[in-house]
Amino acid sequence: MTEPLLSVENLRTWFHTGDAVAKAVDGVSFSIGSGETLGIVGESGCGKSVTALSILRLVQQPGRIESGSRIMFEGKDLVTLDDAAMRDIRGNRISMIFQEPMSALNPVFTVGDQVAEVARIHGHGSRRDAWNRAVEMLSLTGIPAPEERAKEYPHQLSGGMRQRVLIAMALIMNPALVIADEPTTALDVTIQAQILELLVDLQKRFGTSILMITHDLGVIAETASRVVVMYCGEVVEEAEVDTLFAAAHHPYTEGLMHAMPQLSEPRARLNVIPGSVPAPTDWPSGCRFRDRCPYSWERCEREHPPLYEISPTHTSRCHLAVEPEHRANPHPPLVEQLGVSV
Amino acid sequence: MSEPSWMMETSDRIQAVERMQEAERGGPLLSIRNLSKSFPIRRGLLGRTAGEVRAVNDVSFDIARGETLSLVGESGCGKTTTGRSILRLIEPTAGRIDFDGRDVRRLGATGLREIRREMQIIFQDPVSSLNPRMTIGAAIREGITIHRLAEGSAADAKVQQLLEEVGLRGEYATRYPHEFSGGQRQRIGIARALAVEPRFIVCDEPVSALDVSVQAQVINLLRDLQRERQLTYLFIAHDLSVVKHMSDRVAVMYLGKIVELAPAEDLYREPMMPYTQALLSAVPVANPRIEKTRILLEGDVPSPASPPSGCVFHPRCHHPAKDAACAHIVPPLEEKAPGHFAACIKQLPTGVSWETQQEAGGVNPPVRYLPVVKQLARVDKSAPPIGRHS
Ligand SMILES: Nc1ncnc2c1ncn2[C@@H]1O[C@H](COP(=O)(O)OP(=O)(O)OP(=O)(O)O)[C@@H](O)[C@H]1O
Ligand SMILES: Nc1ncnc2c1ncn2[C@@H]1O[C@H](COP(=O)(O)OP(=O)(O)O)[C@@H](O)[C@H]1O
Ligand code: SF4
Ligand code: SF4
Ligand SMILES: [Mg+2]
Ligand SMILES: [Mg+2]
Repeated sequence: MTEPLLSVENLRTWFHTGDAVAKAVDGVSFSIGSGETLGIVGESGCGKSVTALSILRLVQQPGRIESGSRIMFEGKDLVTLDDAAMRDIRGNRISMIFQEPMSALNPVFTVGDQVAEVARIHGHGSRRDAWNRAVEMLSLTGIPAPEERAKEYPHQLSGGMRQRVLIAMALIMNPALVIADEPTTALDVTIQAQILELLVDLQKRFGTSILMITHDLGVIAETASRVVVMYCGEVVEEAEVDTLFAAAHHPYTEGLMHAMPQLSEPRARLNVIPGSVPAPTDWPSGCRFRDRCPYSWERCEREHPPLYEISPTHTSRCHLAVEPEHRANPHPPLVEQLGVSV
Repeated sequence: MSEPSWMMETSDRIQAVERMQEAERGGPLLSIRNLSKSFPIRRGLLGRTAGEVRAVNDVSFDIARGETLSLVGESGCGKTTTGRSILRLIEPTAGRIDFDGRDVRRLGATGLREIRREMQIIFQDPVSSLNPRMTIGAAIREGITIHRLAEGSAADAKVQQLLEEVGLRGEYATRYPHEFSGGQRQRIGIARALAVEPRFIVCDEPVSALDVSVQAQVINLLRDLQRERQLTYLFIAHDLSVVKHMSDRVAVMYLGKIVELAPAEDLYREPMMPYTQALLSAVPVANPRIEKTRILLEGDVPSPASPPSGCVFHPRCHHPAKDAACAHIVPPLEEKAPGHFAACIKQLPTGVSWETQQEAGGVNPPVRYLPVVKQLARVDKSAPPIGRHS
């Protein structure tokens, strides 16, 4: 296998607030190959955005990337890179598309200026060249009448159009990696379909790698080739997309798939994962999914599960990998035994 | 301008069929006729009116007792405005609202207060709908006191019982909203709505802000409560999968109008209005092995301040028979299959005759066009369900 483009190794990003430490990202490892789309899926608060911001070194105080974390990109460790070198990587080699396009754009500049600015910062050509490239990029993202639209302000555009502008900004330097953090969550489903199609299309064209972050298993299924599932600041499962959907191993992944209502299913009572995600200042000991898991046994409380290898391309942070017999007898999870529904 | 005769005929037919169905069920609980709501657009310092937004445009439907009717559609299509108009949280511009035989639009202050005991609303954002300085017990108790349903320790007992009914512990009554997770706060919102023993609840995106696992819990809770208390729901949502699991019937809105209305099973199996077809085909499918026929719509939804003429969907429509007639004729919501209504003059059968269409510039005769039927019929869960504890 060739060297991955990005390799995140034991990333820990903690927030030190007063007396508590929120271990938002707590020992995350994954890698992305060149031209690949890796999906990260998980519920809110599991650490997806903090992972993304850590890669770009945009985590704000009191957040800190803890020592021992490594983010290898094109032969450099981004954790220890100096600020100037990091600025050159941002927007140029790695760029980001955010969930809320309105807050990612500056309301007082035209969208054309903002797209052109990215090209200018990274020192490519004159103001005129940068503008022309911006218009070309806006046109590539399917914005009609791009010359005129480039002269408009963010508030004059619809949500879908703004997201296209962000995509133009993200791709104008032809970066090696684009991090898309919930790029369609704020959009309507028909606009989401347009934007996902556009991203896949542009990826084919430019050979960009994409880190696709979402809470939507449907979006993952349609865009990613490999998937990382996160829970409580950790990777709990990683697999090729087909394997994950056909044969998920981790009880959390399984639970997520069955809790999600599907169009193709008849109207029925939904399966649920009881309880809710614990607070990041207070991850449970042992397996972090223990209270909500229908298979947990004494070992799960005693021993924090490592990422077990299920196959050479499939890992799962669950002791069932070595003691599969416990899957045979599901029981009501602890949260329910305690009589608390949520 | 008087209505063309074919239009009268179809709306009569809709009403006839609905009346028939209602007779079977003992009459609808709620009946909406020609509901419209326009908001003035104000410009400049003096706030002079410069036109209007037709947020809801001539909407009619009934909801039977114990039924869940869902309103779906994209952002800004008028779902919330419809829901709030029914409770008169905003005043409709025109139309008639009958709740259990009472004309809601004619009620005075006292009548309104009484009827709001029977009609409640649950909001998308449970955080902003709860007062941060009030314990959740006090919030739930408020309605009980206002409507004099119980006092003193009887009211306390009722609060406890409501909390338990929505899956929370009774002793939580003394805590404040910030101490709860999103899913728990939504349960509190539900308990508060239930406190006055309503018969009808408008659920406005009650699970949109929740995570998948918690969303499933709240959906199941709403369904259980409906069964136990014989509740009637108007369920507003934009997630079509969630809607499928909640609804008896579904109404699809586009630019302030209902463009399709059918039993949920029928609508999801065989969507007839081209917009509904595009909407359903756009939903991402959580199965990487399925190939999809995706109808990608061009551009954005037009502004409701200047909706397109004729069929409001015509600038983006993919129906192969779409033509100039679509820009001139406002398609009536007509019954295309038993109980299945859709507004499209090109989808067969239609009461808008071919002659009428030709007079309006039509060149393509209506045809039956069902591009996404096969895809939606597929059932695709490979592994058996686990975690069936709820
Ligand atoms: N108070 C108001 N003043 C002016 N326009 C309004 C007002 N409330 C709603 N509108 C407009 O009416 C239309 C319908 O809005 P509504 O909130 O009913 O949509 P919705 O379907 O609930 O959308 P969403 O899915 O975003 O909640 C929109 O174009 C909106 O901008
Ligand atoms: N600035 C911050 N200060 C304290 N905690 C934070 C901050 N930003 C994020 N967190 C915590 O880190 C956890 C992970 O957050 P995030 O990565 O944004 O989750 P998501 O997976 O939803 O993107 C959350 O529990 C959040 O509360
Ligand atoms: S390790 Fe135990 S508690 Fe954790 S997911 Fe596996 S079975 Fe469940
Ligand atoms: S009436 Fe015409 S434009 Fe409207 S949905 Fe039907 S075919 Fe399309
Ligand atoms: Mg996030
Ligand atoms: Mg709304």
